[in-house]
Amino acid sequence: MKEILLAHGGGGDEMNELINKLFFKSFSNPILEKMEDAATIELKSPIAFTTDSFTVNPLFFNGGDIGKLAVVGTVNDLVMAGAKPRYLTCGFMIEEGFLFSDLQKIVKSMQDEMEKIGVKVVAGDTKVVPKGSVDGVFINSSGVGEIVQKNISSHNIKAGHVLIVSNEVGNHGACILAKREDLDVETSIKSDCALLWEPVKALYEAGIAPIALRDATRGGLSAVLNEWAVASNIGIKAYEEKIPVADEVRGICEIFGFEPYEFANEGTMVLALKEEDASKALEVLKGFEVTKRASLFGVAVKEYEGRVILETPWGSQRFLESPKGELLPRIC
Amino acid sequence: MCLSIPSKVIKIDENNMATVDTMGVKREITLDLIDEPIEIGDYILIHVGYAMGKISKEEALESIKAYEEIVKAMESGEIDPDEGHSGEYFESH
Amino acid sequence: MKDIAESTLNLIEGFRNPAHMRALSKLIYKESKTPIKIMEVCGGHTHTIMKYGIIQLLPKHIEFIHGPGCPVCIMPKERIDAALALASSKDVIFTTLGDMIRVPGSKSSLQELRARGADVRALYSPLDVLKIANENPTKKVIFFAIGFETTTPMSAAIIDKTLKEGIKNISFFSNHVLVPEPMEAIMLDENSKIDAFLGPSHVSVITGTKIYERVCEKFKMPIVVAGFEPIDVMEAILKIVKQVEEGRYEVENQYIRAVSRDGNLHAQKLVDKYFERRAHFNWRGIGDIPNSALKLKDEYAFLDAQIIFKDLIPKEHKKDHKLCICGDILKGLAKPYDCKVFGKACVPSSPIGSCMVSSEGACAAYYKYGSLLKGRRV
Repeated sequence: MKEILLAHGGGGDEMNELINKLFFKSFSNPILEKMEDAATIELKSPIAFTTDSFTVNPLFFNGGDIGKLAVVGTVNDLVMAGAKPRYLTCGFMIEEGFLFSDLQKIVKSMQDEMEKIGVKVVAGDTKVVPKGSVDGVFINSSGVGEIVQKNISSHNIKAGHVLIVSNEVGNHGACILAKREDLDVETSIKSDCALLWEPVKALYEAGIAPIALRDATRGGLSAVLNEWAVASNIGIKAYEEKIPVADEVRGICEIFGFEPYEFANEGTMVLALKEEDASKALEVLKGFEVTKRASLFGVAVKEYEGRVILETPWGSQRFLESPKGELLPRIC
Repeated sequence: MCLSIPSKVIKIDENNMATVDTMGVKREITLDLIDEPIEIGDYILIHVGYAMGKISKEEALESIKAYEEIVKAMESGEIDPDEGHSGEYFESH
Repeated sequence: MKDIAESTLNLIEGFRNPAHMRALSKLIYKESKTPIKIMEVCGGHTHTIMKYGIIQLLPKHIEFIHGPGCPVCIMPKERIDAALALASSKDVIFTTLGDMIRVPGSKSSLQELRARGADVRALYSPLDVLKIANENPTKKVIFFAIGFETTTPMSAAIIDKTLKEGIKNISFFSNHVLVPEPMEAIMLDENSKIDAFLGPSHVSVITGTKIYERVCEKFKMPIVVAGFEPIDVMEAILKIVKQVEEGRYEVENQYIRAVSRDGNLHAQKLVDKYFERRAHFNWRGIGDIPNSALKLKDEYAFLDAQIIFKDLIPKEHKKDHKLCICGDILKGLAKPYDCKVFGKACVPSSPIGSCMVSSEGACAAYYKYGSLLKGRRV
């Protein structure tokens, strides 16, 4: 099989061939292989439930691909809700003519990622659509998990709580942006796409109860901070010097006039914690590869409710606004 | 007018093109508007794909040295730093 | 000092050192006694000032007035309408550098035209014009050439290549403008209260500092050419302060690592080869400024889109929206928050005037960075 054809989505022999040769081979587990109309699973209450759809161009990028993204994105959403991720579904919408070998790579990426923390795909769907209807492939994934840490909420942040970011910001967004043909730049920026379950689990095991957790995906750090400021009705003061940014991401920003705070991240989270938990949290996070650059960068304040203030290294301040509109580079 | 960031020349290609590096991000630009000699390791200013001028490392160093002198003069009390901090300029909500 | 140089000679971070910023701030406080209004000519400087909170490091009696150094902001509606007419023509591929895409004309914008099917392309480099022309030999490629003296040499270089490579399907719609002439026009306005100019960084790399000497002499005012980094702006302000306190007026160069008195002569020669001054050019908000803009020389009329497509170019001057005070802002007579529609009806996603569209416009800079400054005279 070289290319995915419309017949592969037809429900007949070709589709079964695809499912067996590819999906079952990679995602093999007893629940999936039962091949019932719906999966039967056992979960402990309360349950966290989330869904997300993934479309990225290019499909394969430095540090991952759309498959890895589909698993990481949904799993991290569960983790951010205080849940232990358990099961995923995945729905594929594949463009007619898509290369089987590319689909294989994508599915393998997904399996590799899931194996890292024992998450399983228990239900799925495949549709093949005519050429031009989708850009290569779209993936939807839903996920369920068991809540192991309660009271994590963006509405609970109070003045005096401190903010930690788990990694350099902007890597994923800058990585994807740099690949745009018209920008014509060469970089080795790697997407930060990574699972956050292990470091978060370690925080719980160390007795740390996060006030709020969020992965800084679309809209970047700026979106998270602004959402939290509004949800908790507090001000947030962020110190620019303490927000880690990779040199190359800085380079892209300087060249095109962007700010690293508006770029998407796929493996970087922001935590709101009680001040007394901060140093222990940093110690725990620094023990994991994906969070070793964690940094305490901000604090919730009483003033400027609903707003985020960015302080420069020399003490002047400006508002960090929510990202708006399309990310358009400055030319001149 | 024109945001232009210092970029380091890492390769000089044919047709008067060069590859430059800005904090690890590499681009290809043209040297068509420069008639002084450019060498690998030079820092140049790029605007819309064209090099428009060279940056003098010596002058940059001189400038930075001068700022260091000011800091030292303040620390030693030669210049008396009194008022001037950002607090007073903000409207509280 | 050598050790610092070898390990951290980083031409960007080296001019953003917090200790240096604070030291320069304190020195300015110490030296500055006289209230002064400084016009930063260049839109890029407006951005630096806002983004890095420069005003917050200066005594209250130093005020900034935002100048017309935004080539997109000063473009009057009729020039944009002309661009739209050209872009709508049959078999035309209309190319421009990024920001112009969103600027509103009387009825529409290039972006809207593109959404409706016109072949409008935003470029990151004028070099792409040659590529597009070669790839589309049956189409007429028009380059919307805008910008101050920094960008004009690039247009000249493209013209040069067009001729050398014998490319027959490119023409140029020139809207290049110059810096000293509007500086003078603003100073001649009786309402102007400007005491000193902060000169543009990269215009000066091309032109040299010599172009400001006439304005300096005529109006007897300090002009300091500054680099783009926050330290550069602070040091330039210190130099202006010193000139004012010592009763001097001269053209000074703070950006010594990149700017000289003569500038890039090679680039200047290329511009002089293909361009000459227009007798008149209407600047949005300022009105007609003689000799302030460039057109292609007569012997290159065959490359001049304004001549080739002359029936499409509107003749009358169009008025701006009646609530838009971009004109006064460009002249330094008002600030963005003096405008009734700023941040309300006029926002970057739906701009009424070009000061809000362009990344270099005062209104866009204030919208993005300035909300902490309400009430403070900047």
